[in-house]
Amino acid sequence: MSAVFSEAEIAEIRGRFPILSRQVHGKPLVYLDNAASSQVPSSVIDAMSDFERNHRANVHRGVHKLSQEATEVHEGVRDRVASLLGAACREEIVFARGATEAINLVACTWGATNLRPDSVVLVGELEHHANLVPWQILSSRIGFRIEKIPALDDASLDQAAYRALLERHHPALVAVQHVSNAFGTVHPVADMASAAHAHGALILVDGAQSVPHRSVDVRALDCDFLAFSAHKMHGPTGLGVLWARKELLDAMPPWQGGGDMIDKVSFSGTTFHEPPWRFEAGTPHYVAAAGLHAALDFLEEIGIGRVHAREQELLAHAHEVLGAIPGLRILGTAPDKEGVVSFVLDGIHHYDAGMFLDQMGIAVRTGHHCAQPAMERFGVTGTIRASFSVFTTEEEIDRLAAGVVRLQRVLA
Amino acid sequence: MTAIDTISQREAEVVEEFALFDEWLDKYEHIIELGKSLSGVDPEFRTDHWKVKGCQSQVWLQPGTEGDLVVFKADSDAAITKGLVALMVRVLSGQPAEAIARAPLGFLESIGLREHLSPTRANGLASMVKQMKLYAAAMSGRGNEGGQDG
Repeated sequence: MSAVFSEAEIAEIRGRFPILSRQVHGKPLVYLDNAASSQVPSSVIDAMSDFERNHRANVHRGVHKLSQEATEVHEGVRDRVASLLGAACREEIVFARGATEAINLVACTWGATNLRPDSVVLVGELEHHANLVPWQILSSRIGFRIEKIPALDDASLDQAAYRALLERHHPALVAVQHVSNAFGTVHPVADMASAAHAHGALILVDGAQSVPHRSVDVRALDCDFLAFSAHKMHGPTGLGVLWARKELLDAMPPWQGGGDMIDKVSFSGTTFHEPPWRFEAGTPHYVAAAGLHAALDFLEEIGIGRVHAREQELLAHAHEVLGAIPGLRILGTAPDKEGVVSFVLDGIHHYDAGMFLDQMGIAVRTGHHCAQPAMERFGVTGTIRASFSVFTTEEEIDRLAAGVVRLQRVLA
Repeated sequence: MTAIDTISQREAEVVEEFALFDEWLDKYEHIIELGKSLSGVDPEFRTDHWKVKGCQSQVWLQPGTEGDLVVFKADSDAAITKGLVALMVRVLSGQPAEAIARAPLGFLESIGLREHLSPTRANGLASMVKQMKLYAAAMSGRGNEGGQDG
């Protein structure tokens, strides 16, 4: 069945995720909403629980033993994320609440100091709102222009149009997703980065849908900013990462104030800590850091290459079985995709389909997937999206397909 | 409308009707059937202004009066939502404003649809009920005080 894992290995991996033994509406859960939030293995739950029970204390500046242990956990995961991404140094890793906050951080610091009224920012047409709205908010204050990199009918980005936009506008920044959350398309961000740099632009990559599913090396991509969230990679909610080149971070002013982001504070003036701490005001989510350690252990043990390969098998299977259903149209047919299949059904509202699938114990996401311009591009108000994980099975995808056929009989 | 046609009597009727269904699929099929009987809104009401916010599907609500009674027309682009809308119109339309504004609508719990009234549900039934009650309250000339959130 799988060329990557034996059946026993798949069963063993599934066994690590307690939620997969749940019943929903009296049926075994089929969890196909991994692009929204992935599930956590017991090891992640245990790591956070152990941290709360045995190590909980605020990080940094604490002289006592517990605070030192907590700091080791928190700063230790910074080292691991730096190595995961191939960062030049650990100081390039800034913790945020999630990819959304990481992008907002770039907008509010780098953007607010570097963008001018005559600047242009290129934003992909398929972006998650998190990589469009922060630029719109900033644009309403500064007055720079946002230009759209158009998408093609297969939900890839029009690379010729992109190059023409670079040529015409000489933008200050290109903000683009690595992988489309709505359609699964993998965009050629390394090529896009070198083209951006050739035209004097920086490039921010939303890695929320790529870092959990494939090996991502920021030096190989040669991007300038990259953001992702822990909760999409079997880790806890409330923790995300901004990676940025050291020289960019060094030049960026602080965003939020308070906590450990200062050097010296007085009423006559305050000086700020070095990056990354300059951008980490307030008590960080150190419990989540303990969870992320365990999530990284999990991914390292399985191997991100094998995760990717397995999810490619699932994607191919899903395209095959869903693509064979009359009245079902897959949106997102570019050759390079991650494990996401987005589709619409003739004459059936995605909401109705989602309700029926839920009753069958199948968790998919329906609606606009926080990418309304992407929906508009394809003339739909929403889609039904199945997104896979390393623990997904072909049988689960078959159950989805059978569920779709069943609901078509009632609803079409 | 006869004098004995009250909201609670209409609710009892719906509860009796839904008691026939044991299976979720039968229940939803019935809801979808109810939606098909909905007359929809007049074209000038099929605009963003008359859309109920908070729905993953689109819902349009058209309030009006017939004598002393408040009447509603409604529509949705999703079949299940349209059925839920039809249920609400069937129970509330053609009733006195004050009765609509005060109706506790316990029948939704009795027919196993209470989960749809949660404000977190994407179908926006809660928003729709709130909007119907706000219209009713406004038409009874008592401002917003009758608007009970579902």
